[in-house]
This record gives sequence, structure tokens and C-alpha cells, in this order.
Amino acid sequence: MSIIDVSNLTKYYGKARGIVDVSFGVEEGEIFGFIGPNGAGKSTTIRLLLSLIHPTSGTARIFGKDVTTDGPEIRRDIGYLPSEVYYYEGMKVIDLLKYSASFYDHDCTRRMHALSEAMELEMNRRISDLSYGNKKKVGIVQGLLHSPKLLFLDEPTAGLDPLMQRRFFDLIREENARGVTVFFSSHILGEVQRLCDRVGIIREGRIVEISDIRTLQQSNYKKVNVSAEGLDPTAFDLPGVTNLQTEDGSVRFFFKGDINAVLQKLGGTRVTDVTIEEPTLEEIFMHYYE
Amino acid sequence: MNASIYRHELHARLKSVIIWSLALIAIVGMFFTFYTTFADQAALVNDMMKNFPKELRAAFGMDEVDLSTVLGYYSFIYLFAQLCLAIQAGNYGFGLVSIEESELTADFLLSKPVGRPQILTSKLLAALTSLLVTTLVVGGISFVAIELFRNGHAYEPRILLLLLLALVVFELFFLCVGLVVSLLVKRVRSVTPYSLGLGFGAYVLSAFSGVFGDVKLELITPFKHFDAAPIIQNGAWDTPLVLFNIAVTLVSLATSYGLYTRRDIPAVS
Repeated sequence: MSIIDVSNLTKYYGKARGIVDVSFGVEEGEIFGFIGPNGAGKSTTIRLLLSLIHPTSGTARIFGKDVTTDGPEIRRDIGYLPSEVYYYEGMKVIDLLKYSASFYDHDCTRRMHALSEAMELEMNRRISDLSYGNKKKVGIVQGLLHSPKLLFLDEPTAGLDPLMQRRFFDLIREENARGVTVFFSSHILGEVQRLCDRVGIIREGRIVEISDIRTLQQSNYKKVNVSAEGLDPTAFDLPGVTNLQTEDGSVRFFFKGDINAVLQKLGGTRVTDVTIEEPTLEEIFMHYYE
Repeated sequence: MNASIYRHELHARLKSVIIWSLALIAIVGMFFTFYTTFADQAALVNDMMKNFPKELRAAFGMDEVDLSTVLGYYSFIYLFAQLCLAIQAGNYGFGLVSIEESELTADFLLSKPVGRPQILTSKLLAALTSLLVTTLVVGGISFVAIELFRNGHAYEPRILLLLLLALVVFELFFLCVGLVVSLLVKRVRSVTPYSLGLGFGAYVLSAFSGVFGDVKLELITPFKHFDAAPIIQNGAWDTPLVLFNIAVTLVSLATSYGLYTRRDIPAVS
């Protein structure tokens, strides 16, 4: 059974587009990356799934239950780390965490302390005195302390220093190893590549691709780099070649199709250097955005 | 009802309740210390009052009121207490859910496993508790001040109680109307202008009721529904007006539940 099952989900804010006809599924135990530039609809999707906003049409189910009708029940097993963290300014960290824990049936005290220790969070400080990165840590502890089965992370690493980012990723991997499903929204491809099993790419409110992160990298494109004396770039104007760029005596392009076609071309040329490699997710991603 | 939300809300409003209570103790207490002097020269004062235009007297709720009697004098202070409580209740109403949205903590609360109606109920009950505490303080200081300064003049405690009970219904009006307005507008940036507007607006409407001539516009303001002078004179509330008041409150309340359940929580931007 899919943990998240979204079908034809559409949201308009008045006339402004939120997301259009979005469908995807997230399986139990996977880390699903959700990538797209700012304003593509990542947060809108998450907010719909948390029933912070209501869909214009379409349905979304989590744990097999409809998000609009069974929201409270679903949210018992959901942890949410918003992209921008705001908490009651006058409260102390410990009081906020206790307030957060009070919404769940089981005792979260031990985990609360363990997580705070792992994230090096000072519990006796006032929220208003915390730096942005420290507030983010409060968000992380707050989102994880009730041992949720499903985690929504909306651009979670912004504001965390590299050391904390790594600790955070370790934490997420640990959670995932315990069987927690993770929905990871981000526009930083490197971290998605490091963490996720599958990715959905969203652009201007629509899903443009959902695929396994390996297939996305392997099956489609090769990045070819050729250096040669007196190279004629038009020679590589083959079907399947995109993004052809010339730069002092070297040619770069993406190629999709039978790589032998390129090799044949190269066979008749005296090259000084050639590389054929997997494009990074970043490059694939840029390709989807052109 | 969710106990943690209720407790959290009470705690958040504690300071406000204390400040409003102290302010009201000061207003009611201070005013009543002058009663002894007033009552002694009652005839003189009433004569002086008659020299003011009727409209002005009406505006300050001193029309048809004998300032030399305990409750007559009290009705003057009562109007000020009403104005304060209207603003306080308006503050709580307008801010009930909008503060969470403008301070961006709504995401935190609404991603917890609690339904929207439950959140609203808990918040409303906490606000009501805060208002009741303030009203109890007003009632307490009223009784104490009257007993201390009435100087042998008699009054009917039953009517005083009637006036104090009226405050609760009066506050509920501002709480619920404030709430529904805050849900009808797209975003409340700051609560105070709204609550001051509603409070003073309602007061002005009642104070200058004569200005509108035959149009009985003042009948929509709670200051008219719970006007002290007729309550003291008749020893009872004006039933049709009070029922109208309660009806407006209930409609606002029901609409608020509907709107809040369907509301899209604005995102951080």
C-alpha cells in the first residue's frame, strides 16, 4: 500500500496557480525527493497533504485515509518541518517542545531529550533569542519527537551549517532505517541525490517526471566532452544531441540514444581528450527546466 | 476541547487579563471615591447636568439618570467599563486565530493531530475564561467600591448583578463578531485597529443615536442592547434587544466555525 497517494490534485488560489493535476505515490519506507524551483508548487503540495489548505479538485490519501476528512487522525503519525520556522516567540524551547509533545498520546520526553542532544539544542533559551539555524533545530526536534511514521521535510537544510546538515541527514537516514517514510522537498539537488531513492520533478505546478534517481541519471543522458585540434562542432549535429557548446577547441554536449553513433563520429577524428560521463542530477534538472 | 491548547491560550493571555483587570480596578475604584461628594451635592449636580444639551448628556450615558443615586452614578462608570471590555473582547476575537497566522505559528498548531473545530472551541473557551476573570474582577471591585463609598445610600444589589451579568453577554458579542470579521478579511495584520474600531464604533453609534433621526441605526449596537439607564429604571433587560444581540453572536459564531474549517492557511512569504 502506498503511504501517500495523490491523484489529480489541483489547487488554485483564486486565479493564481498553485498546482495542477498532480498525481504521484510514495511507498512505505522510501525517501521521496520532490524537486523544483521556488514557486513551482512544492510547498503547496505539502500544505495540501497536511490539510493546511484545501484542494480545488482531486484527492490525496495518506495511510489510505483522505486528507480532507481524516486530517487529525492522519497527522498523529506525521512529522512536519516547514521551510520557514516560526514558533511562539515568548516561549522557552523546552516549553514549546512540551507543548508540541502534549498533542500526542504517548510520552515523548526521552526522545525529546535525545534529539535535542543530537542537534545540540539549548532547551532553556527563549525562542526569540535563537538564531535562524537554532530555530531550525527546534523545528527538527519538534517534527521528530513523537516518532512519526511519515516525515514531511520542506527545504529542511536552509540555515543549518554543514556540520549540522550532516548530522541532520544522519538523523533522517536513521529514521528511514527504522521504517519511516520521508517526503523530502528541496531545490538543492545535491542533497536530494545523496538521500533520496526516487524523485518527482515539479515545474510550474505540474509534475514533469517521476523516476528512480538511478534511472534518471543512467538511462537517459550521457555527458560528452571532446577536445581535438581543428574540431568542427557541426560534425556532432547528430539526432539525440542537445546543449551543444563549443569552447576553445573542445565540444560539450548531452547525448541521448545509442552511444555508438557518437563513437563512430569520434573514430574518424584525432582527439586530444575525450570523456563520456553520467550527468549530475543538477544537469538533468536544468535540462527539464529549459 | 483540547486541554493543552486551552492552557496555552490562557497562559498567552495572562498578562493581558492582568493589565485590563488593573485598569478596570483603577477606573471603577477611582471614580467611586468621588461618589460621596457627588451624592452630598446631588441637587446641585443634577441642576448642572440639566444645563448641558440633551445630546451631550446622552452621549455620556447621563440622560435620564439620577447621579445622586448609587446605581445612577454607577451607570456612568459602567459605560466606561463596557467600552474597555468591548475593546478587550474585540482584541481576543480578532486575534483568536489571526495572530497565529500573522506570527506564522498556525502551521505548527494545525499540523498537530487536532481538528479545526476542536482548535477553535479550545481557543474560544480560553478567551471566554479570560473575559470572565476580568468581569469577575469588575464585579468584585464594583461591590467593594459601592460598599466603601455609598455612605448610607441604598441600592438594589439585584440590579447591579443584572448589570454585571449583562457584561458577559456583551463581551461575547464582541468576541464572536471580532472572530467572524477576522475570518472574513483576508489577513489581519494588527489586531488593535480592528478592535478599537469595533469598540469605539459601536459606542459612538449608541452615543450619537439621536443624530440619525428616525433611522434606528443604534439598535444594532450592544451599547444600546445593554444600556444601563433602562436596566436600572426597569429592573430588567430589554428582552427583544438582548435576544437580537444573542442572535448576532450566535450567527457570528456558527459562521466562524464554517469559515475556519474551510480556511486556507496563508503560507509564509
